Formats: sequence, structure tokens, C-alpha cells
Amino acid sequence: MAQSTAEQLAERTPPESGGHAHGDEHAQHPFLAHHFDNPRHQFESGKLGIWLFLTTEVLFFGGLFCAYAIYRSLHPEIFVYAHYYLDTFWGAINTGVLIVSSLTAAWAVRNAQLGERNKLIFNIIATIVLACCFLCVKYVEYSHKFHDNVLPGRHFNPTHEAWELESYKKAHGEHAHVGPAHGLPSQGVPVEAPPPQAAVPPQAAVPPQAVPPQGVPVVPAAEPQATGAAVPGAPPVPGAAQPPAPMPGADGHTAAAPGTAKQPPPGALPRPRHVSVFFSIYFFMTGLHGVHVVAGIIMWLWILRRAIRGEFGPQYFGAVDYAALYWHLVDLIWIYLFPLLYLIH
Amino acid sequence: MTSPSATADVLTAPAERGSDNYLTHDKGILSWLTTLDHKRIGVMYLMCVMGAFLLGGVFALLIRTELLTPGRTIVDHDTYNQLFTLHGAVMVFLVIIPGIPAALGNFVLPLQLGAKDVAFPRLNLASWYLWVIGASFMVISLVTNAADTGWTFYTPYSTTTTTSVLPALFGAFILGFSSIFTGMNFITTMHKLRPPGMTWFRMPLFLWALYSTAVIQVLATPVLAITLLMLIVERAVGIGIFDPALGGDPVLFQHFFWFYSHPAVYIMIVPAFGVVSEIFPTFSRKRIFGYKFIALSSIAIAILGFLVWGHHMFTSGQSVVAATIFSAITFLIAIPTAIKVFNWIATMYKGRIHLDTPMLYALFFLWVFTIGGLTGIFLGVMSVDIHLHDTYFVVAHFHYVMMGGSITAFMAGIHYWWPKMFGRMYNEKLGRIACGLLFVGLNLTFFPQFVLGTRGMPRRYYNYLEEFQGLHQLSSLGAFLMGIAFLIVALYLLNSLRNGPIAPANPWGSNTLEWRTPSPPAYYNFHNTPEVTEGPYEYADWVYDARVGGYERKASDGL
Repeated sequence: MAQSTAEQLAERTPPESGGHAHGDEHAQHPFLAHHFDNPRHQFESGKLGIWLFLTTEVLFFGGLFCAYAIYRSLHPEIFVYAHYYLDTFWGAINTGVLIVSSLTAAWAVRNAQLGERNKLIFNIIATIVLACCFLCVKYVEYSHKFHDNVLPGRHFNPTHEAWELESYKKAHGEHAHVGPAHGLPSQGVPVEAPPPQAAVPPQAAVPPQAVPPQGVPVVPAAEPQATGAAVPGAPPVPGAAQPPAPMPGADGHTAAAPGTAKQPPPGALPRPRHVSVFFSIYFFMTGLHGVHVVAGIIMWLWILRRAIRGEFGPQYFGAVDYAALYWHLVDLIWIYLFPLLYLIH
Repeated sequence: MTSPSATADVLTAPAERGSDNYLTHDKGILSWLTTLDHKRIGVMYLMCVMGAFLLGGVFALLIRTELLTPGRTIVDHDTYNQLFTLHGAVMVFLVIIPGIPAALGNFVLPLQLGAKDVAFPRLNLASWYLWVIGASFMVISLVTNAADTGWTFYTPYSTTTTTSVLPALFGAFILGFSSIFTGMNFITTMHKLRPPGMTWFRMPLFLWALYSTAVIQVLATPVLAITLLMLIVERAVGIGIFDPALGGDPVLFQHFFWFYSHPAVYIMIVPAFGVVSEIFPTFSRKRIFGYKFIALSSIAIAILGFLVWGHHMFTSGQSVVAATIFSAITFLIAIPTAIKVFNWIATMYKGRIHLDTPMLYALFFLWVFTIGGLTGIFLGVMSVDIHLHDTYFVVAHFHYVMMGGSITAFMAGIHYWWPKMFGRMYNEKLGRIACGLLFVGLNLTFFPQFVLGTRGMPRRYYNYLEEFQGLHQLSSLGAFLMGIAFLIVALYLLNSLRNGPIAPANPWGSNTLEWRTPSPPAYYNFHNTPEVTEGPYEYADWVYDARVGGYERKASDGL
């Protein structure tokens, strides 16, 4: 993937016949592929290639960010409710870990350019160690969620409601009280008077109902905010207030069905319908990001092997540069993921 | 104008044919499977794509046989669903998308550009292996209760059906990366490996078309990849992103899918524009008319192609405002497309037209593509589309474009570059006969489907009313005719490999750089980096030489 740099082609360079226009230059540079004029030409080609690759990565994740934006605009109450399940502390630690690893990666590029072999090896190892730290923290977070059945889609069946979580209590005091100060749209919804239509908001994405008015998902985006407390405030006794879901295939996901949600204490945030959507997006985005981190580690190990062999120097450092660019992108994606998923308010 | 000595160097070799070319440079199957040579990778792609085309074609003939009568003819309805699904998936993902860019483009691009290879030869080989792996997954789906979702994999059916959708999805996912790698390679090659004098506006139009295609491949395919990945996870684990029962939205899948798959239509057709842009001037012995307009209209199509996906969803519950905008942008695409068509016609005007097989295919393309393109305008009109949506009119429209456009241009390209690829000429007479048969067969197959569609025959239906039977049978007859024509093509092309006359370096009198190498080209393409001093469509210096059976460059530059 990201290793697809021109440099790797070098060892395949077959012996040139005498007529090659750049025979001398190629003889000097063992990693110069036969179809490039000089090391600079090769480096710049590889650079364009890696940028194109990063473009595809941005679009690859772009689909997910798009899904995130659509669901968050349709169901803001889900995102507010669900984010209490995420551990902001560990998320922040991981953000720091990745940023430092980006620094060591950038440093490694400089070392490669200057031919500082030992520093290069040190910085690559530091990057790999930090990447592993990231994955360890992610493992702790994931296993905690698996333990509590905070899982995506039809597997969502949490052992705790949001108001039972430490993070919720910390944000709202030991006994959550009613008040506009929380900025939670549904906080102030009176228990007794949910408008009947609000029980199943039109944003609930039930196709048979939703087809005529729904349109492009962006359109109703402003509604929840505009109507403030009225719309997203699911009925405070969700199980009782929900009419039977008219959707096809509604079976087999009773875990996520509102009927199983516990009754919130007065003033607390009730569990909205389909909280599992948040965790589908959370696990998908962080999981895919994690796969990229693993790919990055493998890539860095390969770079490390080449660095130990002393292959990099002022004339040839492209592979380190491209690896670092990829690593910065992985870092950058996390920098977006962290606030979008952990810091919702 | 003169061609400096650098270009002259590559001219010297025709007589040395057979001594050392890319086909004979290394021997053995392993030398092919590990090759980094773009020409060999192109040839491997060509063989694979043609194999997949045979597979998809057999599915097509089975479908048309089934539709000879209402009700059951040869297969039951479930099998029928699987047949049209695999026909679509194979033809789109395995044949048309890689057909011209990966097979012909790989072979031709560096030669036309004057480069020794593509920028990343290993990535190139990797993309071929990804194609093979992706195709294998498609075959796995085929032999294990083949998918029956249609090639579009719409949710929620694709997440609930019991057929083996996962291998097909995974196959398409991997094929996407194959396509991305090809695109990245081509963009970098054209930016970084142009020889001295090869300015952007001296590049042959085929390269402009490949460039536009590559941009679409790089920008659109990742979105397909993430969509398919979400669908895979949805089906495997049930995360519910597209499942309304879990709060997801199936219409979102359609948005994602068409955000890729409409631009993908241009991945299929823009390279075809490039092929015929080479053929029209060559066989009219006349400089291309409106070079810059053709070049830039490819870019315009690539950009506009990203903004029209909603026209696949007029009936999916999208807002009227959005649908109107999508409809308007859809009309806009007709402008760059028409610019190309008019320029090709103007190129032929007062030219000395040679009706060799590639030119016949190009003319064939012009006819049927224009019909396909214009019926696309019908479908872009919202009010009309509401009636024609999901009818045979749509089927006929995209087959006129995909089959009549992409596949016809692919055939044109194969016949045009075949002598260069393999150093042999095919049987010209049989070539023309097969081309004529294809023309008749294609129109016979798909024109009745326009009529069927306007009369209300829905697409993907196994059964139909008695009154549709005549038209359906006409359509099937045309399909069989095309089957025979393709069989003839396969036979004479294969025969030419062994028994065809030795091809000259430049049988058609083209002026692009690939024709200045011997046929087949040397392993390193160009002994010395060529230096370009003129546009690609200057034919004055090429004169026919009956002794070599091809064109030779006049010694006006003192060679």
C-alpha cells in the first residue's frame, strides 16, 4: 500500500546495456529504478504517488465521516447520550501518543536525509513503540466495552445506562438535576407531555414512513436544534410510550429495543432509540483506523529493517518520507475522530 | 517539422523483429507472473479480461435464452436472478472497468508517452494480482450459491438474502483497489515521466482520456470501497448502518453506491473516447479537429461525473430540489460529450477515410454511442424517468453505452493495437465481417428493449406478458448473433498469433510514439528517451510502403 514507492523497484533493475542514456548515474545509485533519470526524479515521482494514495485514504474515510455527519444531524440525541460510554481520559492519552509518534516519524525523515543511521533507528523504534501503545489503550477501551455489551448494531445491550456511568455523573453532579445549563436538548422535556408525534420522530429512518418527507438526509438536519426540546426528547418512559415499531424485520434486536431500557431517574437523559447506531459508527471508524495503525506498524518494521541495513542517506530517503506521510495521515484521522466521537456537546 | 535523431533511433529497428522484444526477452510462465514490464502486464490483463468477458457473455446468452418465452424456459426464477447479478457484476467490475485502462492502457500508455515504463511497475503488477484475487472471489460466489442482488447490492435485500453475497462484495472491494492502483500509477506516470518535448498538449488524446479516467478512479473508487466494507460488516455482524430496524438508512447506501458508480460509468466510457480519438484521425489521414476541446472535455466529464449520482435515485425518496439539481447537472454532461462527437465528425470531414477494421469499429461506436447518450438525456428528465425507471428502457440505454460504447471501443482498440502487441496482422476480411455482424446484433438486441421499456416491461423480471414475447425474441436473436460474431473475432485473433502475416512497425500510418517502435516493441520500449517536437496527429510525413505493408516515415529529416 503505502510502501508502493518507486524505490522498491530498484533492486529489480536489470543490467543495462551500454546505450542507456543515464548509465553512469544509475551505476552510482543502487536504488535508482531504470525508468527514472536521477534520484530526485524518482523521489518526486514517489512523492506524487504517495500523495495520491493519501487522497484515496481521505476519501476512504470520507465515506465514514459522511455517514457520521448524516446520522449525527438526524439523531443528535443518540450522539449526546452515547458519548458518555466513551472514556475521554484514555482517548486524550491516545491522542497525545499519536501526536508524539508523528513527531518521531518526522524526526526520522530528517535523520534519514542527513544519513544519521543510529538516530534514524531510534526514532523509527520510538514510532513503533508509540503505535503499539496506542493499540494497547485501544484494546483496553474495546475490551471494556465488550465486557459491558456496549456493542454495535443488534449486539447492543449495555449493562449500564448512560446516567449510571461515572462520566455522566461527573458531568452532571451525583444527582442529575433539571436545568438548561447542561445544554442537553432533551433535559427539560416534561415527562407528562410528549407530543404524540414525537414518540416516533420522523427522523427515525423507518423507510415506509420516511420515504415521502425524508428526502436527502441533510434536509431535516436543522430540525432537532430548531425545535429544541420538543423533538429529540424521547418520551421519558420510552418503553411504554413507544408504539410497536412498524418496520419490517424488527425482530432479533430486542437488545437494542427501547423496551429494555431502564427507567431514568428524574431529570436524567432517557435512552433514545437506536443508540446502537453510534456504536456501529464508533467501532467502524476506530476499528478501521486501528487497522491502519497496524498496517503502519508493519510498514515501519520494514523501514526499520532497511534502516538497520543502512540503506538510507541524503541521496535516498524517499521510503522514510512516504512512510512518515502515511503516518501523519493516520494521526490526523485520529485527531478528527477524537473530538467527533469522544467530545460531544 | 523534423524529428530529431532521438526519435530516429527508435525507428531503426523494424528489421530486427524477433531478435529481442518484450515477448521473447524472458521465457517461461514465471517470467510472466513476476514481470514488471507494463507491456506484459497489459497483455496479462487483456487475457484475463477476455476470459471474464467470455464468462459474462455466457451469462448474457443464458439470460436471453431464458427470456425467449414467458415463464420457465431453461432455468428457474432464482437462478435467473443469480444469472443477471453475475452478468452485471462480471461485466462491470471484471471487464469494462479494467478493459481499456488496465489492459490496453497499460500496454499503450508508456509507449505513447515515450516512457520506459509506468512510474510504479510493482504497483502495476500488484494491481493485476488484485484483479485475479477479486475475480477469484467472484467465482467463489458463483460456485457457492451465487449472489442474486443485482450488481448494485442494494440494501436491505443484500443484507438479508441467503445467497453468498459476501464473496461477491469482497471481490468487488478488492477489484476496487486494483482499479485505484492503476489510476495512481497512470497519473504519476503522466506527470513525471513525460520525455523532453512531450508537453501536455502534445499528448495523444488517448492519454488525456486515461488521465481523466485515472482521476475518477482515484477519487471515486475509495468511496465504493468503504461502502462495500460497511455492507460486508453489516451483513457479517449486523451493525445496522443501512438497516432501518436498527436506526440505519438504506437510502444512504444508495447515495454512497452511486457516488462511486456513476463516476464509474465514466471510468468505463472516457477511455473509449480516447481510443476512438486515436482511430478517427489516423484512418482519416487528417489532423484531429479540436484537439484541446476533446482533451479538456474529458476532464470536464470527469468533474461533472461526480455531481450527478442522484439521477439514479429519482424514485428513492430524495428531495425534489436535490433531484432537480442532479437532473440539471446531468444535462450538462451532454455538452462535453457532444463536443467530442462533433469533433470526431469534423475530423472525418474531407479526410481520406480508410475503412479498416479499427475504423469500422470506431464508426460503429459513433452510431450506437450517440443513441445511448441521447437516451440518457431522456432518463435525466425527472418526469420521464419516473415512468421509465427500472424498465427495459434503462437496460437498453446503458447497454447501448456500455456495450455499444465501451466494448465497441475496446474492440476497436484491440484491432488497432493488436499488430503492435503481438507483431501479427489478423484477417482483415473476417474482421470486417464480424464487425458488421456485431453492429446488426447489437442493435437487434437492444433496440427492441427501448420499445419494451416504453411499453412497461420492467427490468430484472423473469416472467413477462405474452404481448412482449415478439420483441423479447428479437432481442434474444440479436444476442445470439453477437455471440457468433464474438466467436469469429476470437478465432481469427487467436489464429493470427500463429499464422498471421508479420506486422510492420506502423500498419496504419499513425504518428503517435508507440508506432515508432518495432512490432512488437523492445523490452525497454525506447533505446534512447525520445524527444518530441510535434503534435501526435501529423501524418504528412508518413507514406505507405507496399513492400513492408505499412507506413514508413519519409526521409525528410535527413535520415
